[in-house]
Amino acid sequence: MAALETVYAIELRNITKRFGSVVANDGICLGLQRGKVLALLGENGSGKTTLMNMLAGIYLPDEGEILADGEPVTIRSPKDSFKYKIGMIHQHFKLVDVFTAAENIVLGLNDGKHDMKAVNAKVREICERYGFDIDPTKKIYDMSVSQKQTVEIVKVLYRGADILILDEPTAVLTPQETERLFDVLRNMRADGKAIVIITHKLNEVMAISDEVAVLRKGKYIGTVKTAETTAQQLTDMMVGRSVTLNIDRPKYENPLPRMKVEGLTCINGEGIKKLKDVSFVAMGGEILGVAGIAGSGQKELLESIAGLCPIANGSILYTPIDGNETQLVGKTPKQIKNAGVALAFVPEDRLGMGLVGSMGMTGNMMLRSWKKGWGPFVNRKDPENLANKIWHDLEVVTPSVDFPVRRMSGGNVQKVLVGREIASAPSVFMSAYAVRGLDINTSYTIYNLMTEQKMRGAAVIFVGEDLDVLLELCDKILVLCGGEVSGIVDARTATKEEIGLLMTTVGGKEAE
Amino acid sequence: MHNEAKTPLIRLAKREGIRPASTWLIRIASILVALILGSFIIMITGVNPIEAYGTMIKGSLGSKVYLQQTIKIAIPLLGCALAIAPCFKMRFWNIGAEGQITAGALAATFVVRQLAGKVPSLVLLILMALASLIGGGIWGLIPGFFKAKWNTNETLFTLMMNYIIIGVVAWLQIGPWQGRQGRMAQFPAEAILPKVFGIHCGWIIVLVLVVVVYIYMNHTKQGYEIAVIGDSLNTARYAGMNVGGIMMRTMFLSGAVSGLVGFIVASGANGTLASDIADGVGFTAITVAWLSQLNSFVMIVISMLLGILTMGADTLQTNLNVPVSISHIIIGLLLFCMLGCEFFINYRMILRSKAHGKEAASK
Amino acid sequence: MNEIMTFIVTLIVAAISYSTPLLFGTLGEILTEKSGNLNLGVEGIMYMGGAIGLGGVFYYEKIVGAGNANVIVAFAVAILFALLAGALASLIFSFITITLRANQNVTGLALSIFGTGVGQFVGEYMRIQAGGYVSISNDLKEAFIASPFPNFLQNIPIIGDILFGHSFFFYLAVVLAICLHIFLKKTRTGLYLRSVGESPATADAAGINVTKNKYLATIIGGGISAIGGMVYIVTLAGCTWNHEGLAGFGWLAVALVIFCLWRPLSAIWGSVLFGALMILYTRLQIPFIPTELYKILPYVVTVVVLVISSMRNNKEKQPPASLGLAYFREER
Repeated sequence: MAALETVYAIELRNITKRFGSVVANDGICLGLQRGKVLALLGENGSGKTTLMNMLAGIYLPDEGEILADGEPVTIRSPKDSFKYKIGMIHQHFKLVDVFTAAENIVLGLNDGKHDMKAVNAKVREICERYGFDIDPTKKIYDMSVSQKQTVEIVKVLYRGADILILDEPTAVLTPQETERLFDVLRNMRADGKAIVIITHKLNEVMAISDEVAVLRKGKYIGTVKTAETTAQQLTDMMVGRSVTLNIDRPKYENPLPRMKVEGLTCINGEGIKKLKDVSFVAMGGEILGVAGIAGSGQKELLESIAGLCPIANGSILYTPIDGNETQLVGKTPKQIKNAGVALAFVPEDRLGMGLVGSMGMTGNMMLRSWKKGWGPFVNRKDPENLANKIWHDLEVVTPSVDFPVRRMSGGNVQKVLVGREIASAPSVFMSAYAVRGLDINTSYTIYNLMTEQKMRGAAVIFVGEDLDVLLELCDKILVLCGGEVSGIVDARTATKEEIGLLMTTVGGKEAE
Repeated sequence: MHNEAKTPLIRLAKREGIRPASTWLIRIASILVALILGSFIIMITGVNPIEAYGTMIKGSLGSKVYLQQTIKIAIPLLGCALAIAPCFKMRFWNIGAEGQITAGALAATFVVRQLAGKVPSLVLLILMALASLIGGGIWGLIPGFFKAKWNTNETLFTLMMNYIIIGVVAWLQIGPWQGRQGRMAQFPAEAILPKVFGIHCGWIIVLVLVVVVYIYMNHTKQGYEIAVIGDSLNTARYAGMNVGGIMMRTMFLSGAVSGLVGFIVASGANGTLASDIADGVGFTAITVAWLSQLNSFVMIVISMLLGILTMGADTLQTNLNVPVSISHIIIGLLLFCMLGCEFFINYRMILRSKAHGKEAASK
Repeated sequence: MNEIMTFIVTLIVAAISYSTPLLFGTLGEILTEKSGNLNLGVEGIMYMGGAIGLGGVFYYEKIVGAGNANVIVAFAVAILFALLAGALASLIFSFITITLRANQNVTGLALSIFGTGVGQFVGEYMRIQAGGYVSISNDLKEAFIASPFPNFLQNIPIIGDILFGHSFFFYLAVVLAICLHIFLKKTRTGLYLRSVGESPATADAAGINVTKNKYLATIIGGGISAIGGMVYIVTLAGCTWNHEGLAGFGWLAVALVIFCLWRPLSAIWGSVLFGALMILYTRLQIPFIPTELYKILPYVVTVVVLVISSMRNNKEKQPPASLGLAYFREER
């Protein structure tokens, strides 16, 4: 009898979604209850976001059914999604930059008159009730990341959502902001709302959720009550086998300074200082980790070293083994290369910056070597050999070396990029979020490749987001906060808490 | 099943690789569709479309003289398409070929006026060609410079450059360079391109260009740079490419080739300079380049096709009193169909009723 | 002093008559671009609007017989036919770029070629049908250029000429500009439309039908642009098909959109300015500057405007962020 069963606010039954030949979700079952927080746990690429996007009306399931309060429904568009009072806060904010907060909040609403004054008043009222702090007339491009997230949450509350889905809400927040967010979520739970929080961070799962559903590689593994589980059990469910992050960290004898950065300051096109007076030394034979909340200047740091970001002030001195120092500031990537600096760079946006999506592996190998050789013609032979070598050595899954890399999966794209960069025998190896979106095995391949580079005597700079990885992989960790260096610690002795604190404070005062 | 019944009638999915044969089949089918649509327009004028197309083919290929005329029309189209291809590969929307042709012809005419009778014919022709390269090149370089420097919208810039240079020639034509009755004097005989097989030797020049452009685009360092910039500006910067410089260089080269076409038209076909020397070639060539997927050998076929349409439309007007602008309509329709057909090459549609079986089959 | 005054007044009056086709073209393209669609086919759309709008009036008069034509019906026919022609042309553009996701630049150029072809075809066809000359009765010709205001207003010195002396179409365009401004800035629908042009993914997630908005804005925008072509033919060209005179209006309209920063109200004075540039050579002879060179002035100014507007960097003065890009929801 129905009365004996739990009636879910939303229930998913055997949901399957494919993208081409990739199965993103495979027969997933899930139930959301009012007054409960459900954590949807899984690694990057396990299909969490895809699954929730089907509730938000972004995707349509290929198979399976969705029930709202026990009734089968079809959510064909975001509009349908609102109809069932589902509100999703996406990881990449869906906000219009040149609109005000209030204008963004009323987007898509059919509430009759277009009266911005009334909207502003209602927004202020919601903010007051939950303790948010935003100005409804402020333009989005003037807002900080956490303010933008607040706008997103107010947006779904404004339309009276009962079921809130938050996709990795804490990735861009400081621990303090995260705590504030969790307080709000607890209030909403008390209000009887059903909440889903997508995450891959175990501590957050334990802190906020009532139940945990685990996905692994698109498959549904199971749901457990948070109170009855342990972090260890969840990890096992998430990765399929028990992993302690046993990253191999050999010590390189006698590391030497390879690159000295002093007083580096960068100002972006809008006149905002993205880096302020950054100084550090990268040693040959060491991995220097860079930690910080997203957008703290990591991207600008690497790009300015690579000659891709205009530098307002400061010096970057490169010291090769023979000791002849080269100043990199003011040089274009070409000039840096011509000066004999073997710099390898794996940027964050692989297809947007490091690779040519429409070309195959061979064409992408040429990106490092196309200038080589005499005369006007390109040499295709060597790049093709290199492409074949990487194809086999790193086990890249692709039909041929001419298959456009845009069509490869994320992990394979990354292997192509890292493979090419390592092949140039760099003395400085930089990578930003090298394992983002990759499965555990590929991640370890990448860690090992970086350690290999370190043991060759290269200086490795690794921008990471997972503190556990940084602590186990790196020799030193530089922490950025609001474009400033808030500390450089020894990765062998530092603790997570210590780094977390540095991420949010510079010189003892709390960052904005 | 309940859910399935409510899914939309047609869904789309990216096609993962399609056989080249089917690709070309779809493209040829789209040409046929365009011709069928064109026949409806011909019917409006009260002419039997089959008769009209027959007349067009007879009037463009039916005799040696007609064929020569058709090739004469195709030569500048092909040359200009070759000029535009590198820009479009770079995603630089150069629609200023019209002006670059005019600038090239203007420069060549300047040489004629200065040196005719003073140097041997061959030297004169070579100097004219060089001048046209430089003239067209500079006219392409100007918008290229501003695009590189300030990211100025190149589409409108190149377009405005057309009107500007055409205005300058219109002024020269009735002003300082006036011959009689508002036209410029014909070039002297030594400034006229010699004929080979009854057609001015411009056709040899453009056929050589076909090969040169093909090699340039596919096998040179500069061609590689252009391809990378077209894909992603950031990747190009990352690879140490001087994006601005490459843009300017490519625009100079593109303008130069268009300028050379201007020289060929002025010296080979018209024997003089006039403000309407480009006569829409610069625009039509864009369509040639795009329809050929920027492949220079395919451009030969497409430019001949458009040559046939244009020449045929001329005959159509003389014989059957159909306005000559029908050729523009059919070219437009061709473009619409061929632009649209790429969709069917890149995506496949899943019909609701078939969706289930098809996906089960793909497992 | 009086001469200078008269000169300025005649210049403004003439500038306004040239500005009207431009203003329609620009307003239509603003609406289109606000949805994120860059339709470079305005030139072709205006040709089609001109030829088919003229055709509508021509055949209307032919059917009812010369002399029996009702002026109001003639206006309505002209506007309706031009509107439908432009809407149809933009429908083709929308289908190819929105549904079939083809490149907007190239499709726009194709529409330019197609539209100028159709315009000339219709113009020539009518000429052939009419036996050499498309003639419309003088009554209608005068009605098209006459001011809708009573004489006593027009007779006020200076102000009468500048404010009340223009054809009905100019006032229609100004009203349209104001309506478009209110629509974009003050209504919910306008807000939705702008969000589609700025960030279709955001609009989509908010439950706004991106495809519908893009289609509607582009089709209506094309219809408005096409009216501009018709206005040129029935006012400036004296109700005869003149494809050479119409050439370039569409492209200038596209340039004006950038010049006025996608703001309908700025388009009013922008188009008058460009109108003045277009006819300055007939009004103000400057020794040493030949007429032919004078004629290129609007194009030179457009280039200068393009360069200057590209040099400035202001969040509020940018094109719609997704302008020219296709949107596909399941893209990943």
